[in-house]
Amino acid sequence: MTESVDTPISDVAVAALDAEIGLGNRIVVENLNIYYGDFLAVRDVNMVIEPRSVTALIGPSGCGKSTFIRSLNRMHEVIDGARVEGSVYVDGEDLYGPGVDPVAVRRKVGMVFQRPNPFPTMSIADNVLAGKRLNSRRINKSEAEDLVEKSLRGANLWEEVKDRLDKPGSGLSGGQQQRLCIARAIAVEPEILLMDEPCSALDPISTLAIEQLMNELKSTYTIVIVTHNMQQAARVSSRTAFFTIDGTGQPGYVVEMDDTDVMFSNPKQQSTIDYVTGRFG
Amino acid sequence: MTITDTPPGGDTVVAPTETTSKLGDRIFGGISLGAGILILVTLAAVALFLFVEAWPTFGADPGEFNESFVSYVAPLLFGTIWAASLALLMALPLAVGVALFISHYAPKRIAVTLGYFIDLLAAIPSVVFGLWGIAVLAPILSRSVYPWLEDNLGFLPFFAGPASTSGRTMMTAAVVLAVMILPIITAISREVFLQTPRLHEEASLALGATKWEMIQQAVLPYGRSGVISGAMLGLGRALGETMAVAIILSPANIITVNVISNQNPNTIAANIALKFPESAGLSVNRLIATGLVLFFVTFVVNALARRIANSGFSGADG
Ligand SMILES: Nc1ncnc2c1ncn2[C@@H]1O[C@H](COP(=O)(O)OP(=O)(O)O)[C@@H](O)[C@H]1O
Ligand SMILES: [Mg+2]
Repeated sequence: MTESVDTPISDVAVAALDAEIGLGNRIVVENLNIYYGDFLAVRDVNMVIEPRSVTALIGPSGCGKSTFIRSLNRMHEVIDGARVEGSVYVDGEDLYGPGVDPVAVRRKVGMVFQRPNPFPTMSIADNVLAGKRLNSRRINKSEAEDLVEKSLRGANLWEEVKDRLDKPGSGLSGGQQQRLCIARAIAVEPEILLMDEPCSALDPISTLAIEQLMNELKSTYTIVIVTHNMQQAARVSSRTAFFTIDGTGQPGYVVEMDDTDVMFSNPKQQSTIDYVTGRFG
Repeated sequence: MTITDTPPGGDTVVAPTETTSKLGDRIFGGISLGAGILILVTLAAVALFLFVEAWPTFGADPGEFNESFVSYVAPLLFGTIWAASLALLMALPLAVGVALFISHYAPKRIAVTLGYFIDLLAAIPSVVFGLWGIAVLAPILSRSVYPWLEDNLGFLPFFAGPASTSGRTMMTAAVVLAVMILPIITAISREVFLQTPRLHEEASLALGATKWEMIQQAVLPYGRSGVISGAMLGLGRALGETMAVAIILSPANIITVNVISNQNPNTIAANIALKFPESAGLSVNRLIATGLVLFFVTFVVNALARRIANSGFSGADG
């Protein structure tokens, strides 16, 4: 009936077309409400995430950034009582459509968490192969070795660990563990990579390594990153969405989304200006 | 207050809070050291008792008994390990399954209720299990299960028969033992499964694991050493279980893997319970010597379990 409803639908069509001609996987989020039980944590998100680029989500803590990013690969619903209303289209297909298997969604949309979480009982190589083993149990040895090397190179970790692939992943430093988790995520060749504050537990040097890595990965993957660090958002992303919250117990929502340089130099909304200039908690 | 006790020219005066916390440390340290020593002393006392009382058997005149100690204890030792292993074989998969159901599948209310009933199972005295085994389980098994096993699987040495009509078989004893050790293994497994870090479960799910794959990838490896500890506690209980086995089993002085016949090797503990009242003199020493063997077996089992639990990367140190 109104323009605001029409626009996202055509976004979906365009995205489907893009995907078909190999332009990558644009994510189109439509009227997304995200709940924990009865608590509405994030309301009414409409957003287009461009393929093969880095999109940053920023905002004060508790505004629902983690909640939102987890709804993009259906990880939100693994929490008891958590649910979602609305749609998330990838390749023009609604991730929340009837009959869509969340397991299949998660194989297509990889995720890296705030705290590095390699499997402590597995070696470095087995960690990298963990996702692949789920898809196809039988991979021969040379295939496996190739995949381990390729993924670890992709995560800029190969040189550091190539001599101890059979050692436990928990023996690595925090930054190395996080890059191992990235290697594990890209080993299953997802189309989209979600990262929820991937550097917040890391020292500056490891952070730099991961930021460089994101720069390389964005030519292959559509990357969405949550960060509380605005310099980081400015360094790595091409588009930025600003989330906020009006008070505790209120739902978080998107204030505005724009090209990153616009968001940091010339945003439209006063609350964005306050946040990016540090005048807001 | 300790300051007044300090002799002149002794320790320098320290702040009172520091003194009390040091005192607390010392008291607690003393208590735990004492407890540790007490355990070792008890263990040593038991071992010493067993050695001293068992000794006469080994030095005894060969004519005293009509068989050597080794041939006397061999069937008992076999029966003990055989019964306990069978029980563990039955109980372990079931316990892990139930624990997983409680920790990861069942709705909260059902999980809590089920957990409660399983804990209750642990509180039932073993003599009650024995009576249940002989009065309820044995007739059922001997009527419907053992004849079938003999007819259809009789080619396996385990079910060679002739099937017992009383049901007082190794199999019945092992089933009862399995029920007895089920609660402890379940309870410990459930605890370690519940402690799997959410972080690792989500890591697996985010890679596209189904729930069962997530359990294989994150939960079971993390809980592995805990499950082994639980299994060993269960095995320990099964090795030493006395009353239930003594009531159920119809013993004979043989070694056989046949689990459905009337002729069964007895276990060390049940044999002691059965024979002790009618024993005197050297026979008592011989029974105690079999107890020493059981003591030794338990030690070996624990050591092996520790080896298994510690091999590979531990899930708990991540
Ligand atoms: N597991 C959960 N159960 C219930 N409420 C939650 C849960 N996780 C987060 N929330 C709530 O959802 C809101 C958004 O949280 P979150 O997405 O973690 O914010 P952010 O990542 O932006 O800091 C907060 O009010 C938080 O309390
Ligand atoms: Mg967060």
